[in-house]
Amino acid sequence: MANLDSRIPPGPLADKWRKHKADIKLVNPANKRKYEVIVVGAGLAGSSAASSLADMGYRVKSIVFHDSPRRAHSIAAQGGINAAKNYQNDGDSVHRLFYDTIKGGDYRAREANVHRLAEVSVNIIDQCVAQGVPFAREYGGLLANRSFGGAQVSRTFYARGQTGQQLLLGAYSALSRTVGQGLVELITQHEMVDLVVVDGHAKGVITRDLVTGQLHRHAADAVILATGGYGNVFNLSTYARGSNTTAIWRAYKRGACFGNPCYTQIHPTCIPVSGDYQSKLTLMSESLRNDGRIWVPKRKEDCGKDPNTIPDEDRDYFLERIYPSFGNLAPRDVSSRAAKRMCDEGRGVGETGLGVYLDFSHAIKRLGEAGVRERYGNLFDIYHEITNENAYRTPMRIYPAVHYTMGGLWVDYNLMSNVPGLFVLGEANFSDHGANRLGASALMQGLADGYFVIPYTIGDYLAGQKPGSRPSTDAPAFRQAEENVASQVARLLGAKGREPVNHYHRRLGQLMWTHCGMARTRAGLEQAIQEIGALREEFWRNVSVPGSAGSLNQALERAGRVADFIELGELMCRDALTREESCGGHFREEHQYPDGECKRDDTNFAHVAAWEFQGEGKVPLRNVEPLHYEAVKMSVRSYK
Amino acid sequence: MVASTSSKLISVTLRVWRQEGPAAEGRFVEYKAANLNPNMSLLEMLDVVNDDLERRGEDPIAFAHDCREGICGTCSLMIDGKPHGPHRGVASCQTYMRSFEDGAVITLEPFRARPFPVQKDLICDRSAFDRIQQAGGFITARAGSACDANAIPVPKGAADLAMDAAQCIGCGACVAACKNSSAMLFVAAKVSHLGLLPQGQAERDRRVLGMVSTMDEAGFGNCSNQYECSAACPKLISHDFIARMNRDYLAASVRSVFQAESQAAGGGA
Repeated sequence: MANLDSRIPPGPLADKWRKHKADIKLVNPANKRKYEVIVVGAGLAGSSAASSLADMGYRVKSIVFHDSPRRAHSIAAQGGINAAKNYQNDGDSVHRLFYDTIKGGDYRAREANVHRLAEVSVNIIDQCVAQGVPFAREYGGLLANRSFGGAQVSRTFYARGQTGQQLLLGAYSALSRTVGQGLVELITQHEMVDLVVVDGHAKGVITRDLVTGQLHRHAADAVILATGGYGNVFNLSTYARGSNTTAIWRAYKRGACFGNPCYTQIHPTCIPVSGDYQSKLTLMSESLRNDGRIWVPKRKEDCGKDPNTIPDEDRDYFLERIYPSFGNLAPRDVSSRAAKRMCDEGRGVGETGLGVYLDFSHAIKRLGEAGVRERYGNLFDIYHEITNENAYRTPMRIYPAVHYTMGGLWVDYNLMSNVPGLFVLGEANFSDHGANRLGASALMQGLADGYFVIPYTIGDYLAGQKPGSRPSTDAPAFRQAEENVASQVARLLGAKGREPVNHYHRRLGQLMWTHCGMARTRAGLEQAIQEIGALREEFWRNVSVPGSAGSLNQALERAGRVADFIELGELMCRDALTREESCGGHFREEHQYPDGECKRDDTNFAHVAAWEFQGEGKVPLRNVEPLHYEAVKMSVRSYK
Repeated sequence: MVASTSSKLISVTLRVWRQEGPAAEGRFVEYKAANLNPNMSLLEMLDVVNDDLERRGEDPIAFAHDCREGICGTCSLMIDGKPHGPHRGVASCQTYMRSFEDGAVITLEPFRARPFPVQKDLICDRSAFDRIQQAGGFITARAGSACDANAIPVPKGAADLAMDAAQCIGCGACVAACKNSSAMLFVAAKVSHLGLLPQGQAERDRRVLGMVSTMDEAGFGNCSNQYECSAACPKLISHDFIARMNRDYLAASVRSVFQAESQAAGGGA
C-alpha cells in the first residue's frame, strides 16, 4: 500500500500557500550548488523549472528527447492562458478562477492545489511579460483579454492563435540564458528510459542517446519529470507524434502511483478524421467558439446539403439551445458529448457523418472579414491547408478529438510523487484539473509548477538530503536499471515479426477510442482489457523493428513507446471500469441523467484513484486519496 | 474510421536521400508509393512507405517530424529542391499529396548547410540555432522579480510587429534556402522581437553582438540580399528584420567602442 499523504498545509484555504512558503525548509545558498537536479522534458513546466532552479543556484541537468527544447509540444497550444488579473474589471478574482477550475474539473481536483494555481496565475503573466512574450495588446498599450470556455469573465491572455508557442519560447529563452551561463547542462536527443531508485529515493535516470543508441546513467539528488501527457495512447490525437508516456510509465513501474489515468479530455473543436492513413488530428482553438456558432441541421435529410443553402430556421444551434447561459462557451467535455449526441442522432455532417459546423457568417457580418482575420487568421489558414476549404465562405467542420490527459503521476502538495525525490510537473502529474480541464488552464499550470511552485517546494525535500550524498552511477541500482533497458531493446529488435509498430499503435488507438473514449460502458471496458492483453502478447511476438540498437533508429524509439502505451491503455480501462460514476471527461453510460448529463457519485467516488504497480502480469493496486471540500460545495455541475 | 472516397487516388515515385550516419556516404534511393489519397500529408505518405519497409524488415527512412501542424519546427525536408516544398508559408508537415500530379517523381533531401550536418537520411543537426539563442536570445528576468504586467504599456504597433518576428519556428528553412547558408533571418527575427519591446532595451546591444558573433562562429554565411529566406520561411517572416538587425548591430558595435565602462570592482558590505 503506497503512502498517499497529500501534505496539504493546515489553515484556511486562502492562507495555505503563503503559510506553507513561510514554513518550508530552505537550502542555504552555498549548499544549493552541491545539489544536482535532473529535469526531464523542456516544455512549459520543464523549461521554467530548469531555469528557475538554476537561477536559485542548484546544478541542473535538462534532458529532452527533441533536438531542441523549443520543440516541446507546449508550442502547439493555441488559445491562451488564464490569470485572475481582473484587468477587464469584470469581477474576476483568485476565488473565481479557483471556483471555475474546481467546478470545471467536476469536483475531482484537490482544493488546495487549485487555489494555489489561481493565486500564482497573476505572477505568471508578470513573468512572461518581463521576458518579452508579445501578448496581444489594446491601442493604449495595455494587455488584451478574451473569454474562454467554462468561464463568464474575460481572463484569458493570448498571442494571436500561438499563445503556447510564445510562452514556450519565453521559457526556452530563460532556459537558453541559463545554459549559456553554464548553470544548466542541456542534453538533447536523449530519451529517459528508466528511473533509478536507490534506498527508496529517486536518484537518477537512464537515458538512451537517440543518435548513437548508447545508454547513459545520470545521478542526481532529485529528479523532476515534466514530460507531458499520454493522449497518444489513442494513436489519433492533437498531440505531437513524439509525445509519449514512457518517462512517467517507467517511473510508475518503479513505484510511483498513477493518479486517475482514465481522465482524458476530448476537445470539441478539431478537424474531423479523413482517412485511415491519418497520423494526427488538428485542433482548432477553442477561442473560435467566442465568435463562431456551432450547429447541425435540424433535419437528417439536410445533412448532405451545402450548409450555406440551409436557412437559419432549419439549423439547430445545439449548444445555445441546451446550455443557454454558456452557449457556445460550454466546457469542453460538455460540448464534446453534445456534438457526439447530435452525430449519434444522425445529424452529423461531412463525408463521414462525424462532424458539426462551426460557423463564422454571423461574426463576419458583425466584425467584417478583416476583423475575423485579425483574431483568428492563422487558424483559418491551418483549416484551409488541411481541408482545402475556405472557412470565410463556408462553415468549418469540426469533431471532438483527444487533446489532453488530466490523469498523471500522483503528487502531493509539494508536487512530489510517493517516491521521495521524484517530482512531477505540468500535464505529467494529475493534480489540478480534476476530471476535466478548462481551456487556457494547461499553460497556466505548466508555468505555475515550473516558475512558482517547484522552486519553493523542492527545498523541502533537498534540505533533508545531505549535500554531496547522491549515489555514484556505479551503484547497483544504476547497473540494474541499465541492464533492464538493454534487455528490453534486445527483445524488441529480436522479435523480427511481420507487422510494423504503427500497426499496433493504430489497433490500440481504435480499441481505446471505441471503449475508453467519449463514452464508456462496463461491457466495453471489460472487453477492451481482454483485447489489449491479447494485443500486447501479439505485439511482443510479431512486431518488426529493423535496424540496430547502436544507431539512430526511429522504429526502435516508436516500439518502446508503443509497448508502454499498450500497458497504460490497459490501466486506463481498469481505472474507467472501477470508477462507477460519470464525472468530467469520464462518461460511463450506466451513470447519466435522463438528459444525458454526467451523474457523479460523491458518496463513493469523491476520491483520487492512485494505481500502484505490483509486478509484470499482476493486477495493479488501487489506492485512494479522499477529496475534502471545505471552500466549495459539491453540486451538480450545470451550465444551463 | 472511413477512408475518403471522393478523391481519385494517385501514385508517385520518391527519390529519397539515404545516408546511414554523419560520416557515411549518401545516395538517392527510389521508392514507389501507390494508391495515395490526395488529402494525405506528405509525411503521412512517408509513414505508409516506412510501414512497408518495416514490414519487410528493412530500415525505414529517417525523417524529423513532431507536431505535424506547422508550429514545432522539427520537420525539415527539401522537397524537389525547395525547403518545405512547393507552397508558400507552410512547413513540410503541411504539404499534402494533392500538391503533386499522379505519376510525379518527388525528390526528398535533408536541409543542406555546413552548420547543419546530416545525422541520418533526412535528419540534420540544427543545434547551432540553440547555441545562437544561448548567446543572447533572451531578456534576463528571474522568476519572482517581475513587476506588474500592465506597468509597462507597449504600443500595439510595436507589440504586433514583435509578434510578427517572434513567430519564427526555428526550422532552418531560411538557411537551407540561402546559397550562402546564412542564418540572418533566424537571428534577425529574435533580435527584432526582443529589441522592439521596452523590456528588451537593457540587453539590446549585448544581444545583437552576442548572437551575431555566435552565428558567424557556427559557420553560417552572410546575407547577399536575395531574400530566398523570406520566400521559404513557413511563417513568411519579412527580410525587413534583417535590415533592422544590421542597424542594431552597427549601432551596438559603435557604442561598444565608445561607451564608458565603470571601473569599479564588485563586492561591498
